[in-house]
Amino acid sequence: MTVSAPMNWRRIPERYRLKGSYCETCGKAFFPGRVVCPNCRRKGKLKEQDMPRAGKIFSYTKVHVGPTGFSHETPYFIALIELENKAKVLSQIIDSEEEKIQVGAKVELAFRKVGKDDKYGAINYAYKFKVIE
Amino acid sequence: MSEKKSGIIGYGVQIPLRRIKVEEIARVWGKDGEHVSEGLNVKEKAVAAQDEDSCTLAVEAARKGIKDFGIDPKRIGAVYVGSESHPYAVNPTASIVGEALGTTNEYFAVDLEFACKAGTAGMQICMAHVLSDMIDVGLAIGADTAQGRPNDALEFTAGSGAAAIFIGGDKKEVIAEIDQTCSFTTDTPDFWRRPRAEFPEHTGRFTGKPAYFKHVLGAAKLLLKKTGMEGKDFDWAVFHQPNGKFPIKAAETLGIPFEKIKQGLLTPFIGNTYSGATPIGLCSILDVAKPGDKILAVSYGSGAGADAFAITVTKNIETRRAAVPVLKQIERKEYVDYAVYLKHRGKIKSL
Repeated sequence: MTVSAPMNWRRIPERYRLKGSYCETCGKAFFPGRVVCPNCRRKGKLKEQDMPRAGKIFSYTKVHVGPTGFSHETPYFIALIELENKAKVLSQIIDSEEEKIQVGAKVELAFRKVGKDDKYGAINYAYKFKVIE
Repeated sequence: MSEKKSGIIGYGVQIPLRRIKVEEIARVWGKDGEHVSEGLNVKEKAVAAQDEDSCTLAVEAARKGIKDFGIDPKRIGAVYVGSESHPYAVNPTASIVGEALGTTNEYFAVDLEFACKAGTAGMQICMAHVLSDMIDVGLAIGADTAQGRPNDALEFTAGSGAAAIFIGGDKKEVIAEIDQTCSFTTDTPDFWRRPRAEFPEHTGRFTGKPAYFKHVLGAAKLLLKKTGMEGKDFDWAVFHQPNGKFPIKAAETLGIPFEKIKQGLLTPFIGNTYSGATPIGLCSILDVAKPGDKILAVSYGSGAGADAFAITVTKNIETRRAAVPVLKQIERKEYVDYAVYLKHRGKIKSL
């Protein structure tokens, strides 16, 4: 399925710089960004914020049968990552030795292409994470 | 040049994780791997993964520079990305880099191409901006995921990598002043790639004497004349390195011993990173240089031209260094065989 150019463009700050949001009332950070704080509701005051670029693996799985656009990359890992501000990000894990991909492993942000290139289409760049020593 | 100085205030290098040995490429094509490797003085080359391209390498190199040298991306007033493997024929890499770094929207940006010397051309343009007070900080990037047709001589050396050089004028930040720069340019078509062609063409041995050496030595001699220096006056030197032998010969011709170019001679371990080659070698030298050290840097781009720089390392280098030196970064690697290399480089046509 092709995502429209405007839809991709709107998500550039989120994909390139991990732009999310945090609530000034309760201090909780969200990624992707939210417009309403689920904790504070109408008392919440949300502000846009770039998320920290480091965190740790909260949970992970190895993908053997990838969806369309990712089938040539299998097997690969995806992980739920808890960033330093406790916000969570679902991301592909790259350039990491398999035995080091563990719950609690420290990871840092990388910038990569996502999915298979359509020869004539726009290239999708976004965040991925890698385990750091 | 004006009395005002500009210089390097930070840098970052990105080398892909994967490597393929020259001997492995030679094995597939029935060549004597040891002979090929020795002939080129190249052991292995860095291979960009299928999700990497010149743009991702450029962003990652620049992010390292921003982090390690404490540069606020909002200060960046110019982004120039030099590459001969820009991901798009039309649509700039520079604007993607700016967005990923979190610059403001007020910055000069353009993609540059001059075979392997577009990265250093970006440095010269950033210098000019800084010296003329047009910008505070300029970002020049040399990045390539170099192409080589299977079984072509280039396939043994065409590597991937990027260096991001931040140019500024604040004396408190400058780690290496650029004392002088000049370029030597002629119309010498020794290597090219036509529109829609997947791989470049080259002229074999013609890329040596009338191309590489004429321009590298031409630019270096022009620089020595302008500065009143001799080759032996430099503590370090880095030359463009299409293989591991040409730069050694260029250094010898200028009276510069091998020990002074060894630190920046990386092609034997990561291949020819094209627009990244001279800037990455320069960054490796900055990893170990001491205050007062003089560095000679000469790039080369087919077509043809060479950019030469005379650089003096400042006291700031004692407190402003990259977190991970280039040579340390190169140590972390994962070998791939020829089939996996083809997959990552998109050379399997039925996919």
